[in-house]
Amino acid sequence: MTSRTESREKVTGAARYAYEYPVEGAVYAAAVQAAVGKGEIRWVDDSLARAMPGVLDVLSCENAPRLGDAADGELAVFQSRTVAYRGQFVAAVVAETLETAVEAARHVRVEYAEEEPDVRLRDDHPGLYRPDKVNPVFPADTERGDPDEAFSSSVVRVEATYSTPAEHNNPMEPHSTIAHWDKDGGLVLYDSNQGASAVQSTLAPIFGIDPSRVRVVSPHVGGGFGSKGTPRPNAVLAAMAAQAVGRPVKFAVPRQQMFATTGYRTPTVQRIRLGADADGRLNAIDHAVFEQTSTVKEFAEQTATPTRTMYAAEHRRTSHRLVALDVPTPSWMRAPGETPGMYALESAMDELAVAAGVDPIELRVRNDTGTEPESGKPFSSRNLVACLREGAERFGWDHRDPAAGVRRVGRKLLGTGVAAATYPAYQSPGKAIARAEPDGTFTVRIAAADIGTGARTALGMIAAETLKSDLDAVRIELGDSAHPAASVAGGSSGTASWGTAVVLACESLRGKLNGAVPPEGIEASADSADLLKAREEYARHAFGAQFAEVEVDVDTGEVRVPRMLGVFAAGRIINPTTARSQFIGGMTMGIGMALMEESVMDAGFGDYLNRDLAQYHVPSCADVHNVDAAWIEEIDPHLNPMGSKGIGEIGIVGAAAAIANAVHHATGVRVRDLPITPGRLLPQL
Amino acid sequence: MRPFVYERPANVADALELHRDGALYLGGGTNLVDLMRLGVEEPTRLVDVSRLPYGEIEVRPDGTLVIGAAVRNSDLAADRTVRETHPMLAQAVLMGASGQIRNQATVGGNLLQRTRCSYFQDASKPCNKREPGTGCPAREGEHHNLAILGHSPECVATHPSDMAVALAALDASVRVRGRDGERTIPFEEFHRLPGGEPERDSNLRDGDLVTAVEVPPLAMPSRYRKVRERASFAFALVSVAAAVRTVGATVPDGEGGVVRDVRLALGGVAHKPWRCRRAEDVLRGAPADEETFLRAAEAELEAAEPLRDNAYKVPLARNLIVRTLLDLREAS
Repeated sequence: MTSRTESREKVTGAARYAYEYPVEGAVYAAAVQAAVGKGEIRWVDDSLARAMPGVLDVLSCENAPRLGDAADGELAVFQSRTVAYRGQFVAAVVAETLETAVEAARHVRVEYAEEEPDVRLRDDHPGLYRPDKVNPVFPADTERGDPDEAFSSSVVRVEATYSTPAEHNNPMEPHSTIAHWDKDGGLVLYDSNQGASAVQSTLAPIFGIDPSRVRVVSPHVGGGFGSKGTPRPNAVLAAMAAQAVGRPVKFAVPRQQMFATTGYRTPTVQRIRLGADADGRLNAIDHAVFEQTSTVKEFAEQTATPTRTMYAAEHRRTSHRLVALDVPTPSWMRAPGETPGMYALESAMDELAVAAGVDPIELRVRNDTGTEPESGKPFSSRNLVACLREGAERFGWDHRDPAAGVRRVGRKLLGTGVAAATYPAYQSPGKAIARAEPDGTFTVRIAAADIGTGARTALGMIAAETLKSDLDAVRIELGDSAHPAASVAGGSSGTASWGTAVVLACESLRGKLNGAVPPEGIEASADSADLLKAREEYARHAFGAQFAEVEVDVDTGEVRVPRMLGVFAAGRIINPTTARSQFIGGMTMGIGMALMEESVMDAGFGDYLNRDLAQYHVPSCADVHNVDAAWIEEIDPHLNPMGSKGIGEIGIVGAAAAIANAVHHATGVRVRDLPITPGRLLPQL
Repeated sequence: MRPFVYERPANVADALELHRDGALYLGGGTNLVDLMRLGVEEPTRLVDVSRLPYGEIEVRPDGTLVIGAAVRNSDLAADRTVRETHPMLAQAVLMGASGQIRNQATVGGNLLQRTRCSYFQDASKPCNKREPGTGCPAREGEHHNLAILGHSPECVATHPSDMAVALAALDASVRVRGRDGERTIPFEEFHRLPGGEPERDSNLRDGDLVTAVEVPPLAMPSRYRKVRERASFAFALVSVAAAVRTVGATVPDGEGGVVRDVRLALGGVAHKPWRCRRAEDVLRGAPADEETFLRAAEAELEAAEPLRDNAYKVPLARNLIVRTLLDLREAS
């Protein structure tokens, strides 16, 4: 049990976040958002804003410098007159104070040639198309056998449509940047992100400079949940503004503006068909997904991909259809793909359990598989069944009455539900440097990101173990693009990717150590690329089982979750303390997804309406009762030197399905459209 | 936000004097400052009245509470007398906002907070309440948590306060200092229905300053119940403030009694806290049983005109009334 190495700095406020760096002579930017859902900017009149005392400059499509091509259209800030969605940044004011900048931004006049935005996702939208791939590089469609025939000839059939709403990441710290151009034309960014190397390599070509001239400093980041996995317009805007006024510029995206400009989870409509024999053994699985992207950039959430991994079935099909709407650009949000996809699949599995009269755990055990169903690859390790069995024991599942809507205490209906969880064990190549200092301590440098996950602590433990040193003697320096390049904190791949590079660097250093360390220290560097290339072909995934108990008020339709348990199999757990936080954090987010999180799109105006934490509900302390996480220690030799799988995202996967399944068990009502609010549930009780 | 002058007058006369030409009174600022940041409110001057001598809760010999307008929400909710004699009021305040906000928010400000309708809070969109004559996009747009009672073609907003729902049920009155001296407004006449003037939330005159709320004694069990989309820190979908006294009931469950006295108000359903006069008329002198309670709730909700996406509020309000009355009957 190891507490965070930087916990003292964090609780005392000493830990510095992007916006807090004391940069000399800094000025402030405030952005203007498009007030139409679609159209062209006719002109921007900034005269009123420029006339205000303290205003230094106003940037817009009228005067912005030409940027280099960005692969990500969201980063082409002020490069076009086209408004792709309401809330897109169309101008920015730079001023001596934040208050002046914000007030002046309200006085920038933008005249639009307005068009009617098309913002409603439907599964019969005429604009639906098949993307070339889904995030990041999976095929959009897969098919094996004859799923249609197999489904129609199955004894037990489930056919249902599920939907999940748009959801916003809402990290505690908003997307923030201080941009500063040094006298030699180099760009320094104090920036809130999930990967300093990615910000460096993305911004350099946009500003036409070599990546070596861009320095990104981000030692502490207040959460991201995927929304900081790629650079956002705020970083480009701050750098452009700093160039324009010749002074450092601070720009933190206000919470309300985050709902348009920093990404969110696409809403989904999912049609699932499951065909099974009388014992619940699957013969056909068909998972069809409909989701949205923007007209700026294609982002195709890989919603049906977990269905390719989960259960054995001879005949199967998965498909993704996308429609480019006049909406903000969706992006990564904790377990993109698995989160909405497993809500639908695991709800359908629960429906199948009811239809076949088989216990939901037994049903999943019967459909377990030793090889990945679609790729045919063996699993490096797969302990789904062990998680289900262990969870059943701890949760007290075994004497559960399967009948729905029959347990009533006072005015409450009680129920329990289960769902499986899965997440790929991704790993990316990367580099690290390890140094032995003359005072007997060690320093490890890597451009990794600790976004609150405990990565700094885990890497310290990995380094200490490899160096056979005390944790106290190891300094981890991360969150800086000047350190060896590292992959982003995304895809739950951080510890596995960075840890591998750290192990290699520390092993190399140990090979060089021979007696006393000279005054200049001894250094060793490593690159994990070759090691990764040499890996054998395995399907590598973490698995888990989510259990939930709910109480539903019969008078009001309010759902409360007095108890949740997650049991996970994710290789070797590096640091139980922070791992537990990751798991229960994900499960808590699952409570939000199940019961309250919903970004409401206004069909007329084309923007998300509930743009603050009063209107966009994430769980409060009062919503979170007994949430417990446990794990099965897996020995998996096919992963990495630590034997670890990622754990950052699997905690949310399946959590909403477990709660929705428990709601069905409590009430007999199957809610197929999240979130399960009183307004949705009460009319059906 | 628009630049403004901040004033903190030493006495009420100065406060009234300073309140002109686009000035607004400032209490705790938990709603007003947000609205200024959003560009929804643009006062030229803030007159901070939170330190005026209205920060006390007085209990008169007859049990009447006189709650100063500058009393912080958390102090009101924690007041021993209020908790003992008017539990529904303490409960309502405690169910509003969060601990931090209650520490800052004042009673006067709580009464005068604005609707949380998304369109009202977005200065880039039309809204009759914010800019009369521009329209009401909520009527056809997002309104799942807006009004089912007393709305007009111009406005379907709801009043967000919990405390005010309890005060409506309690026959409270609001004490006001205006340019013409002091007067008292019965609580039911304090807030308005939108009609053709949704920009007016209350019947206060320009410059009026709320100085206190008077709450008559309550000699019956009372309760506040709130339904929301998360367990804390969320506005009501529907809430109910209820007090009931039955006589002739058999112990322990209150069966067989008659309703002697009753107070009932709903929150989250209208442009103002909704005093349930029709339901009360049905209840008084009638058998204190579930059938009567249901009849009373239905009588009150007969006037409901739900919008496309908030019809669920009708059964929700009905169930809440019935269940809260049954629970109270047992306590009676």
